[in-house]
Amino acid sequence: MMWSELDTWIVITGALTAMACAVPGVFLLLNKQSMLGDAISHAVLPGLAIGFLVSGTRDTFPMLLGAALAGVFTGVVSGMIERRGRVEAGASLGVVFCSLFALGLILIRLAADHVDLDPGCVLYGSLELAVIDSARVPRIAWQSGGILVLNLILAGVFFKELQLAAFDPRFAKASGFPAGWLQQGLTVATALTTVVAFESVGSILVIAMLIVPGATAMLLSRSVGGVLLGSLAVALFSAVIGHLSAISIGPVFLSLLTGHGNLGSLSSAGMMAVCAGLIFFTILAMARLTQRFFSRVKEHAVSPQA
Amino acid sequence: MKSLPLEIRSLNVAYHRKMVLWDADLKIHPGRTTAIVGPNGAGKSTLLKAALGLIPSASGEILFYGEPLKKVRSRVAYVPQRESVDWDFPVSARDVVAMGLYKKIGWCLPVRSRHRRMADEALADVGLAEFAGRQISQLSGGQQQRVFLARALAQKAELHLMDEPFASVDAATEQAILALLKRLKEQGGTVVCVHHDLDTVAEYFDDVILLNMRVVAQGPASEVLTPENLRKTYGARLSLLDEAVVDLSRPGAPREP
Amino acid sequence: MESFWRVLLLQDHNTRVVLGGACLFGAAAGLAGTFLLLRKRSLLGDTLGHATLPGITFAFLMADSFGFSPRSFLWLALGATISGVTGMGAVLMIRKLSHLKDDAALAIVLSVFFGAGIAMLSAIQQLPGGQAAGLERLIYGNPASMTASDAWFVLAASFLVAVICGCLLKEFTLLCFDEAYAMTVGWPVRPLDALLMGLVVLVTIVGLQTVGILLVVALLVIPPAAARFWSDDLRTVTLVASAIGGISAVVGVISSALLPGLPTGALIVLSAALLFGISFLLGKKRGLLMRYFVEREAARRLHREHVLRAIFECAEESDPVVSIDALLAKRPWKKNHLASEVSLLADEGLLTTDPSGSYVQLNGRGDSEARRLVRNHRLWEIYLLTHADVAPSRVDRDADLIEHVLDPRLVQELEDILDDKARERLVPSNPEKLQP
Repeated sequence: MMWSELDTWIVITGALTAMACAVPGVFLLLNKQSMLGDAISHAVLPGLAIGFLVSGTRDTFPMLLGAALAGVFTGVVSGMIERRGRVEAGASLGVVFCSLFALGLILIRLAADHVDLDPGCVLYGSLELAVIDSARVPRIAWQSGGILVLNLILAGVFFKELQLAAFDPRFAKASGFPAGWLQQGLTVATALTTVVAFESVGSILVIAMLIVPGATAMLLSRSVGGVLLGSLAVALFSAVIGHLSAISIGPVFLSLLTGHGNLGSLSSAGMMAVCAGLIFFTILAMARLTQRFFSRVKEHAVSPQA
Repeated sequence: MKSLPLEIRSLNVAYHRKMVLWDADLKIHPGRTTAIVGPNGAGKSTLLKAALGLIPSASGEILFYGEPLKKVRSRVAYVPQRESVDWDFPVSARDVVAMGLYKKIGWCLPVRSRHRRMADEALADVGLAEFAGRQISQLSGGQQQRVFLARALAQKAELHLMDEPFASVDAATEQAILALLKRLKEQGGTVVCVHHDLDTVAEYFDDVILLNMRVVAQGPASEVLTPENLRKTYGARLSLLDEAVVDLSRPGAPREP
Repeated sequence: MESFWRVLLLQDHNTRVVLGGACLFGAAAGLAGTFLLLRKRSLLGDTLGHATLPGITFAFLMADSFGFSPRSFLWLALGATISGVTGMGAVLMIRKLSHLKDDAALAIVLSVFFGAGIAMLSAIQQLPGGQAAGLERLIYGNPASMTASDAWFVLAASFLVAVICGCLLKEFTLLCFDEAYAMTVGWPVRPLDALLMGLVVLVTIVGLQTVGILLVVALLVIPPAAARFWSDDLRTVTLVASAIGGISAVVGVISSALLPGLPTGALIVLSAALLFGISFLLGKKRGLLMRYFVEREAARRLHREHVLRAIFECAEESDPVVSIDALLAKRPWKKNHLASEVSLLADEGLLTTDPSGSYVQLNGRGDSEARRLVRNHRLWEIYLLTHADVAPSRVDRDADLIEHVLDPRLVQELEDILDDKARERLVPSNPEKLQP
């Protein structure tokens, strides 16, 4: 296995992206809105495409604007469908993001004629290519780092409010909280993070980075701060292990298993998602086993009073 | 010896490592109406659900007419809490009541007009004859409760287990449910209700089971509802005012002119 | 343009196959999706779709070892099914073993499985022969590549879905409406649920070719949601959902012929979205426009009755000729609102106004109509007083709401229930006077 400078940047960018996604993802999880993350990462597609079509380039700013608008649109319209149309929450969300996604696919196809854009890249990213840059520090690393810092600042500044809104949304609303603004803020942050991340891990794999690290941390910690720290750790770990396995054991394992010899590196983003998943399921199993062990101990030691 | 409609021995139920029911023992006698009362979180609904096998129990024996439930299901009817379903569901009152007949109709066979007529009869019994075709979200809370009751009626069971049938219902529904309980008793049926209201329990029911994780006391309402028992059940939560109210509502207690 | 007519008139054999297959898929998805919607598991379709990718890619990679052609749809479908079912199992496992909720479990399985699929896809892309392109079609959908045998598969699958849903309609209905009750009555709830999920998996597999992994969920979610606006009866909803699913598929395929180069799956989904929008606005039972008209009509009726009653009561207290100012004092009306209703009533021939417009008087017909309304209202007040222990000061407010829901038949019953004394006596104008 050969390691080049590019690999270092891949790991760094991947880690920064994963951690940047983990932060808003934790709050989505706490709000029981994990699938909103899924919805937003699908819904930003037309926003991206329109950004392309309008600006004619792959410049970041029009894309970010398009994505933010798409994110807010999703939240607002699905809420309206749910309330006015009395449609169940999941279905309202599904209607909106599926339609937007389909629209996005079409627009991307149209945009591809004008802009150098590979639809596949948009959907599942190409980290390996994204880091190829003439500058010393690849642009994408800057961007990922930047959005991570921004998310951390926002999470820090609004920590109390986010925590309260997640724990008791009705109380928050009743106490005159700007819960609506907080929600929109979270939606926009997710959308922006999605867009920055799409170049590296693609808009669909973003979901893995949004939710899985946070979910893993939730298995281990019961405090919001603990979950945040834990998710960052898991995200970092998944990114590093993910890339390592993408270039080493991944292809070897697959070659042996399937009989197609000598496979080259696999998609780093894909492997990052897989590693995050493996970490999650391992901890899930371990947590359950230790739980079982401790409750057996309790049963033998304690006898209930009549 | 005829078996009791319901007999529970040493029922233990835990939820996420927390005990909800602790060594619950109770006997339900035939032809009587029984209320299960206790503070919130005392395990009243859990008791019903565990008895019916809806939630797993850690240990205990539950016998309906001397048998496990699965052998005598046709003799037992369940009326769940109103909140347990989405009333926006696209079915009419008649459709819901007909669900009580599905088992009799059997697998894959359709609901025929005679079944719909039987459903209409059950609805008439609870005073909802003209609402049979209404979609259930267009019914008031009390009417929805009565639809659930009609569904249980359609089953023509002997034992009725009801979860808070009187919760948040209007006066008309309250009267209808009471009339229904009376009729069921007259027909030789047995009724067990989780009840939330200490004020009315002695008036509405023959027997009372005081529950707070374990069965504090059970028996005829007049005997069971003593201040001592209530204190044991509700602890400090029962205020002096509540005690006075319960005292007054016991049958035989002095009434205000 | 010529190709459009060829497609529309189904002249092409291939077109017939594609249209037929797509339409059947749309209908089956609408049908199965209705139960998913009622079960509040709409987004499960998204997780399911994404979870099939690793199975497909793995099957592709293993095809040679098992002696299958990596292009064989049935072989890939087998892989898709196994990993889809595994995914659902993983969702259940996460829910059972942790305190994480549904939404988290769905998102985790969706992303992790899809990631595994992408990783394997990147391996496939390295293989000689450019075979990955065929797989990518399963991600985006490519119904144009549907062969006759594929279409037979779709037909068989759709038929199976329809038959099972038809036979087990009442069982599925009960399962979706009240699972706990179903259990107590003795229905095997877990197996029924598994069967329903199995149908959803089947529909997903069928959809891989038509709209692709990423958009299968759209046809499971959008048509049933749209159908709900047209009916309050479950059977009708399932039929309308199937129809909308089928129509969307047909419109999508036909548009695709007009606009080559655009992904067909996306066009099908957009057609469904369009139908959803139409249903949302115009749906007979719950469409926005419909509800708006119904509510406006109800508000109008209410206003009319309030005005008539107010005039009658004013006339009762003093003069049959009632001043507008006296009416304005009775209720918090806006002057314009009152004036417009008065003129409407005048047009109806129920009252007359004086030339200056500041006085009104009920004529014969108006008087009997108003009398009927007032009697309704007061009977109801008495009923509430004597039967429901409602404090007298609250009666008027409550009565206003209930009376407009009163059936003429129910009014008759109230009159029978009420004490004879109340009927023989002149019905008092103010219920507070009734106190013993």
